[in-house]
Amino acid sequence: MSRADRTSRIEQEIEQNLKRAFDDVADQEVPSRLTDLLAQLRSKETDRSQQDAKDEGDANDS
Amino acid sequence: MTADPKDELVEHLGAMRAFAISLTRNTALADDMVQDAVVKAWSKIDSFQPGTNMRAWLFTILRNTYYSHHRKHRREVEDGEGNLTAGLAQKPDHDGRLQMRDFNQAFDQLTPEQREALTLVGAGGFSYEEAAEMCDVAVGTIKSRVNRGRAHLTEILELSDDDPLESTEAVTMGIVASNQGAL
Repeated sequence: MSRADRTSRIEQEIEQNLKRAFDDVADQEVPSRLTDLLAQLRSKETDRSQQDAKDEGDANDS
Repeated sequence: MTADPKDELVEHLGAMRAFAISLTRNTALADDMVQDAVVKAWSKIDSFQPGTNMRAWLFTILRNTYYSHHRKHRREVEDGEGNLTAGLAQKPDHDGRLQMRDFNQAFDQLTPEQREALTLVGAGGFSYEEAAEMCDVAVGTIKSRVNRGRAHLTEILELSDDDPLESTEAVTMGIVASNQGAL
């Protein structure tokens, strides 16, 4: 194999490996600490908006 | 009622991890970084313009998190848990493709800016223009980072690319040559 052939083969493999390295991780199951985090953020927000709604209701009562 | 863009965040977590690992080269540190970025994204979701590319927006937050905080800690965890090249499982390599480990080791040697540009353009599916906007640099800067990164990888991988066939041939030729010399 000539040097130029070898270089172009390596360049091709670089492109494939860049994609593969990325996709391998992107397709993995996401650790639960990250999905749990989203759930926590959501539930905090729900609590807060319920609290806001309640405060508003209290204000209207008076 | 309009769709809440926050509901879309979960779809990008995998890609965020992949991008974070390309920067930190360490899974434990990458997950910390994604966690920080998710909290930031959640708190400033109002600055996300619906209809634009959410992944690009998230990656921008992620890289800012990296450059402002996590980059400093790289040395501290280099030999610790989550190190990519140390614990990486070898994939079988029946068809002559480069081993992923060789590639990862070569990738480690690039600057974070080169890894970032290569990942965004070469794996993330972003255009040079999009990558330039995300990294807040000129398009020409992204192109030069991609080109330099590719050239550096090629150089490193050519050196480590010992073709066993070629070296066997070389040894055989050497033996033939020395036998001929002895006759």
